[in-house]
Amino acid sequence: MIDFRFDIITEYSHFFLMGTLLTIGLSLASVFLGSLLGLFIAIGELLENKVLAFIFKAYVGFFRGTPLFVQILIIYFGVIPALFGEANGIVSAITALSLNAGAYIAETIRAGIQSISRGQAEASRSLGMNKFQSMRYIILPQAIRRILPALGNEFISLIKDSSLASTIATPELMYWAQSMNAQYYRVWESYISVALIYLILTLTANFILKHFEKKVPVK
Amino acid sequence: MIKVTDLKKAFDGNVILKGINLDINAQEVVVLIGPSGAGKSTFLRCLNQLETINSGHIFINGEDITNPKVDINKIRQKLGMVFQDFNLFPHMTVLENIMISPMKVKHESHKTAYETAIQLLNKVGLLNKATAYPDDLSGGQKQRIAIARALAMKPSVMLFDEPTSALDPEMVGEVLAVMQNLAREGMTMIVVTHEMGFAREVGNRIIFMDRGYIVEENSPQNLFSHPQKERTKAFLSKILSSQNNTLNTLQL
Repeated sequence: MIDFRFDIITEYSHFFLMGTLLTIGLSLASVFLGSLLGLFIAIGELLENKVLAFIFKAYVGFFRGTPLFVQILIIYFGVIPALFGEANGIVSAITALSLNAGAYIAETIRAGIQSISRGQAEASRSLGMNKFQSMRYIILPQAIRRILPALGNEFISLIKDSSLASTIATPELMYWAQSMNAQYYRVWESYISVALIYLILTLTANFILKHFEKKVPVK
Repeated sequence: MIKVTDLKKAFDGNVILKGINLDINAQEVVVLIGPSGAGKSTFLRCLNQLETINSGHIFINGEDITNPKVDINKIRQKLGMVFQDFNLFPHMTVLENIMISPMKVKHESHKTAYETAIQLLNKVGLLNKATAYPDDLSGGQKQRIAIARALAMKPSVMLFDEPTSALDPEMVGEVLAVMQNLAREGMTMIVVTHEMGFAREVGNRIIFMDRGYIVEENSPQNLFSHPQKERTKAFLSKILSSQNNTLNTLQL
């Protein structure tokens, strides 16, 4: 610790910056795609058709019940090469993170939808709305306000979870920490640096989300 | 206008409606009374298929709505419903609450829906609350908005499911007044209520239900003054004495 080498951190600062941007990009893309997927799955889970609903529940069960790391490896080495003929780190990372986040977000959205009182659905249906209209105009707008904080937490989780993408040749933040460690055999400089950057990212995200939550009326 | 034959409904083997037969004519105000658990609300909810029935038929203007081929969303437009706990949409203003269904379901223009909404708000005496949110309204005001919201779909029948049961006593009157006006205008109404005064004043026909059956039906005068069945007598004496007691307490 005595000879903490700031010079190699300076040398890597450009890589850390690029890595940070990719980490943010991965997290934003995954929370966006994961939310769309999560909404789709949540509605699937609530289908009256038990067989169809089971398929969606099985999806959630699989992605919540297996390690994200394993999912990332399966998608990087298996799924993406099988679909596109070659491996791709960034595509695999976004795919794996989105599929995984989708499962968690689906549970959040399902709970949000179910937290809206039955009377709201009954009132809208009694006015002649079909199921889709009732969901679109009455249930979801109310549920979203309850889901939003949890979605923010999912985003913060994604910032941290995206570090696993370093194992599949995706040059995000953690990837550069490992490169630095490999090049200079310096543990503290590399890992403490990125730990601090991750902390700054999550604290900032948290601050922005809290600010944003206050702006959205609870009504 | 509405014809119900041998309607049966059970929840998990617990039989709530044990064979209801009923004819309701246009412009009639039918009031359903009876002890809680009699199946009054369930019956009302079966009429617009908020509850799926186990057997029997419901005909509305000759059309059997229990036929799975019938588009229930179309049928529900003709059956306005008012709930005990209002069920206004809390994320929308009063105007939006009233306008959303005409615009999204009937594809009315914003202008047409707006004009109807304003007219209805005037009718229920709440024009000044057009831009308020439901949370800012009293219970009585909420229920009047809920009535306006149902009327905006221009239904041919209005179903009222204990519309005043969740209200503070001083707000019951304003809601009943709106309903009374509606009845005067010739709206066909089916009302589940414990307000015997309203039943007597506004109802054309009173139906006494108990334990899943229609026990007795008659004009208000006959049913309240000369109940035929023992169960009707027992119920009326119980509820009327308790309502009189409340009245006496108030007058003290």
